[in-house]
Amino acid sequence: MSILINKDTRVITQGMTGKVGQFHTYHCKQYANGANCFVAGVNPKKAGETFEHIPVYASVREAKEATGATVSVIYVPPAGAAAAIDEAVEAELDLVVCITEGIPVHDMLKTRYKMQGKKTLLIGPNCPGLITPDEIKIGIMPGHIHKKGRIGVVSRSGTLTYEAVGQLSELGMGQSSCVGIGGDPINGMKHLDVMKLFNDDPDTDAVIMVGEIGGSDEEECARWIKDNMQKPVVGFIAGITAPPGKRMGHAGAIISGGQGGAEEKLAVMEACGIHITRNPADMGRVMQKVLKG
Amino acid sequence: MKIHEYQAKEILRQFGVPTPRGVPCFTVAEAETAAHTLGGAAWVVKAQIHAGGRGKGGGVKVARSADEVNEYAAQVLGMHLVTHQTGMEGQLVRRLLIEEGAQIAQEFYVGMVIDRSRQRVVLMASSEGGMEIEEVAAHTPEKIRKLWIDPATGLADAEADGIARSIGIPDVALHDARACLQGLYRAFVEKDATLAEINPLVLTAQQRVVALDAKINFDDNALFRHPEIVALRDLDEENPAEIEASKFDLSYIALDGDIGCLVNGAGLAMATMDIIKLYGGSPANFLDVGGGATTEKVTEAFKLMLKNPHLKAILVNIFGGIMKCDVIAEGVVAAAREVRLTVPLVVRLEGTNVDLGKKILAESGLPIISAGNMADAAQQVVAAAKG
Repeated sequence: MSILINKDTRVITQGMTGKVGQFHTYHCKQYANGANCFVAGVNPKKAGETFEHIPVYASVREAKEATGATVSVIYVPPAGAAAAIDEAVEAELDLVVCITEGIPVHDMLKTRYKMQGKKTLLIGPNCPGLITPDEIKIGIMPGHIHKKGRIGVVSRSGTLTYEAVGQLSELGMGQSSCVGIGGDPINGMKHLDVMKLFNDDPDTDAVIMVGEIGGSDEEECARWIKDNMQKPVVGFIAGITAPPGKRMGHAGAIISGGQGGAEEKLAVMEACGIHITRNPADMGRVMQKVLKG
Repeated sequence: MKIHEYQAKEILRQFGVPTPRGVPCFTVAEAETAAHTLGGAAWVVKAQIHAGGRGKGGGVKVARSADEVNEYAAQVLGMHLVTHQTGMEGQLVRRLLIEEGAQIAQEFYVGMVIDRSRQRVVLMASSEGGMEIEEVAAHTPEKIRKLWIDPATGLADAEADGIARSIGIPDVALHDARACLQGLYRAFVEKDATLAEINPLVLTAQQRVVALDAKINFDDNALFRHPEIVALRDLDEENPAEIEASKFDLSYIALDGDIGCLVNGAGLAMATMDIIKLYGGSPANFLDVGGGATTEKVTEAFKLMLKNPHLKAILVNIFGGIMKCDVIAEGVVAAAREVRLTVPLVVRLEGTNVDLGKKILAESGLPIISAGNMADAAQQVVAAAKG
């Protein structure tokens, strides 16, 4: 097993015919069972055409009806990306993975508001996507650094996730699934949502949680872990050296009230029983130590 | 993106928020003319810089005569205004706002931000006007009222009135207060703001409510649909290196250390700074080259870092992902040649074709130190910087 996606998942690609979409669709299709998984693309102007033998449909709903796909991945440029998420939600897909970086935050507020009470889950935006090694890769991460195994990875970052995965694979610890939840302030699934899935997944033994400064998602997840998590969690937060106030605006501090800095996050995580490390080169080794008990 | 107070007030006026009458000025002569045009018996001379805390730093003065307007305008224009947000060197004042004086009976705070956890716009209001909202939050959080606004309905009349009453605005002024709050919300949404503050919002002796100060920050990701906001950008208020970086789509933040970092991806870039510190060094900058570390981008990134006179070494940390390491290595070598690199360069590459990439670095003839992993890279660059 794995979380969210596996070799039987069928995927629609929104924005498949653009330069970025073509590049990553090609690589996703090459990876593991990708040739069977990526079954449709969407572009109203190119309906009826194909790319890499993948048929293009006019809408997500049409693509879903024609192929039975339940997941979509979005490479649509920022100005239209929130509308692309809305379309996938209205078509009642199970999961939408939005790779696009640079979506206006007010667009995401409206989209998240419309998603209330709907069944569709969202990963991202501004994320690398997710992968279940040796089965399926949905997104832009390099497939070859992954190895099938029993460690879950959840992260707000792209390349820093690859760093964590690379260390695990190097030390012989494969991954059950790796989920990049994205670096935007308004996003879909949080650390907590993904952590719950890993907790329930019989094929995941432990989890690496990679966070960064800003917001309070990591703290909220940590508090849940303290009371509910039945598996060890290793944690790292990027940005101990980040200067305050550069990205977190003036009044942003009031909502998180003293939360948002790396040290504060690490302190909460440690107090909640997470095996934290301040060294990003040590995430794999700490996991190895934890598993050896 | 940030703008000046006078620009924020201009926007708020378009949304029906009452503000004092005022004129932006670039010279003392303009300030004198502005005071004359505005009329009245008192004027406020306000330094226009993007940083907060201008009053405490001596950048806001009340003038009681035309001569005083002249005197204060001459004092403030051209001064290096030091506030808690500018750093020790201060910010050169190039613009003024000359405003009609107001008779203040009471001061309040109102502001809006995006609440990440609740995924809503939150209106914050407090009876403690003129104070930094963080101060109020830290010492008397009970004095802050919050309202999470439903995007479908917006800020309803009853909600606006309720918030206004709760911070002590009298009933006679509720109509004005409602205009302020609803105007602020509409401006916040329609202009794609990430922060909007009126601090202080004042009740005048005449029982009117006006925005005495205003601050609005905008979402950089939404500027493509707001040319009118982009036109308000004041490059004099921004860090020159950060402006240069933005031209090449590089995300750059200057820090005070001596080890330059060039990394792909924001999370890895922060982690690279962290690990340099962990091994006893000090990062000179945050620099994310993004997904495509092309020769052009790497060259520009090197040039930016080399402008820093304190720079002692550079660490390039690229997790290539789908990008091929040999391509990146060629870019790094070409860039190092073009800028005639004078400081030690440590390169850590990971990803597709990593061996080929390392071979290109080794055979370049350049004194590039190749690192095996992130810890090795950090230790090598810290040692190189210490010389």
